[in-house]
Amino acid sequence: MTKFQKKLWIGLLIMALLTPLGILLPEKFSAEDAWGEWGIDKLEKLLGFVPEGLKKLTDIWKAPISDYNFGGEGASKAVRVLSYIASGFLGIGVCILIVFIISRSISKHGK
Amino acid sequence: MHIPDGYLGPQTYVPLYGVSIGFWAIAQNRIKKQLSLKHVPYLAMAAAFSFLIQMFNIPIPGGTTGHAVGAGVIAILLGPWTAVLAVSVVLIIQAVVFGDGGITAIGANCFNMAVVMPFVSYGVFRFVKGKSEGGPRLAVAAFLSGYLGLLVAALFTAFELGIQPLIAMGADGRPLYAPYPLSIAIPAMAVEHLFLFGIAEGLVTMLLLKYFLKHEHNLVYALSGLSKTG
Repeated sequence: MTKFQKKLWIGLLIMALLTPLGILLPEKFSAEDAWGEWGIDKLEKLLGFVPEGLKKLTDIWKAPISDYNFGGEGASKAVRVLSYIASGFLGIGVCILIVFIISRSISKHGK
Repeated sequence: MHIPDGYLGPQTYVPLYGVSIGFWAIAQNRIKKQLSLKHVPYLAMAAAFSFLIQMFNIPIPGGTTGHAVGAGVIAILLGPWTAVLAVSVVLIIQAVVFGDGGITAIGANCFNMAVVMPFVSYGVFRFVKGKSEGGPRLAVAAFLSGYLGLLVAALFTAFELGIQPLIAMGADGRPLYAPYPLSIAIPAMAVEHLFLFGIAEGLVTMLLLKYFLKHEHNLVYALSGLSKTG
């Protein structure tokens, strides 16, 4: 690893440690979901009903770490903040893993 | 900008899966020709960076949140096809592991953020920079590249959401999927990206390019010989 690359990796690790800003700031400014990404309950409040097709598809997949939160709904703030940081590190790890697998398969076919 | 499951009907999400798979296949071919071992760590870093930057939700006080994607700066530094691959990997991980963006919408989300965005950003960068190899013109090109890349990606997202009430209506006349028409979806997505999230993306793109130019000038794809051969 070059010195420059080492610096970049350290930068990414620092970014992961800072990620909780991404949940704490929106809370502080009472900003909610992104536009068009509301949950079923919020949608019902907005519209007075839940579109039929949407209702059918909404739970088609149960993500193992939904919302970057290991504690599930109702988790304390501390748990959510730690989960978010852990998700950041996990994300880095999975990205590295998948990129190396893809690069390997691509370069094998190439040679 | 991550469309969840249920917001797009199959008439929209199936074709967009097809389009994204097509781009992945081309990306794989393009990268095969250019990928050297030297670049693999940068590809991994690019994906990790995009994953992390998307975790920094920026609030609109009392309103919604949004975030930068990083696809523009990746396209400038490593090339648009590499960005297609790196950001797609991120979006798939987000959907499968973290429930951020729907499984049915992976094709749509990858098209918007991992295809449209890197190519718009890359095109804007090359166009605005012209023949200059440094200086303020490059900084402006980088800012606009991130800004417009994210904005156009948001508009594509808004378009896909906004056409749902037109193409999928229940027997009772109520929308089956995303409920808001184009007349609401487009302005809502455009305004927040014009005034806040796009600026964040532009700044990220500009600052990172500056950093790379200072430390590893030769790496920058958009300024190298590689960009001329495609």
